[in-house]
Amino acid sequence: MAKVLLFGPLRDIAGWREKDVRANTVAELKAALTAEDAALGAALNGKGVQVAIDQRIMRNDTGLRANAEVAFLPPMSGG
Amino acid sequence: MTIALQDTPFDPGVLLAFFSRGRTETGAIVTFTGIARADGGKSQVLELEAYPGFTEGEIRRIAEEARVRFSLHDLMVIHRVGKIKPGEPIVFVATAAGHRREAFEAADFLMDYLKSKAPFWKKEHGPAGEKWIEPTERDHADVARWDG
Repeated sequence: MAKVLLFGPLRDIAGWREKDVRANTVAELKAALTAEDAALGAALNGKGVQVAIDQRIMRNDTGLRANAEVAFLPPMSGG
Repeated sequence: MTIALQDTPFDPGVLLAFFSRGRTETGAIVTFTGIARADGGKSQVLELEAYPGFTEGEIRRIAEEARVRFSLHDLMVIHRVGKIKPGEPIVFVATAAGHRREAFEAADFLMDYLKSKAPFWKKEHGPAGEKWIEPTERDHADVARWDG
């Protein structure tokens, strides 16, 4: 089970901020979320969306430990 | 080095007084304060979201890079999260160095990073509804100046 966190516009598209999802890899996790909600699936694969696992940005698909925290980070803007 | 997120307003003058205290070897302190704009009434409230823990960690990483690159004696980054009204400060950056050039450049570098690469998400609430704000072309060009 992975704890999924959504930020910024992704949260508005999905209508939730945090959810537990059963998946062994990031690719499996995205497939599960897409099956539930196609609009969210498209947004997760959108331009500039980064994935952080346990608060570290990961560029490639990777395995998930039990209770991993997986955050989807759309383009950022502060200041 | 002080990095902090806070959900309540801050006073840049108080932060500068605190940051300046007791420095006898620092020849230059530069501060930048970013303020929420009303944009002629288009923006009534800005809402800033962070990823607690991760956001501070990413800012600390770039702050450490700035400290080394510009030979800083110290630096401070205070960033608001939550709802911010026009006229309220959003961000405060202070840099301390031996001489002014390094202090100016480091503050500029840190702000360019914060605008387009730090993990924050910014939503504008106005009379026409709400809108997520992404970095502009200008913001991307500004941060690219520091590469290489």
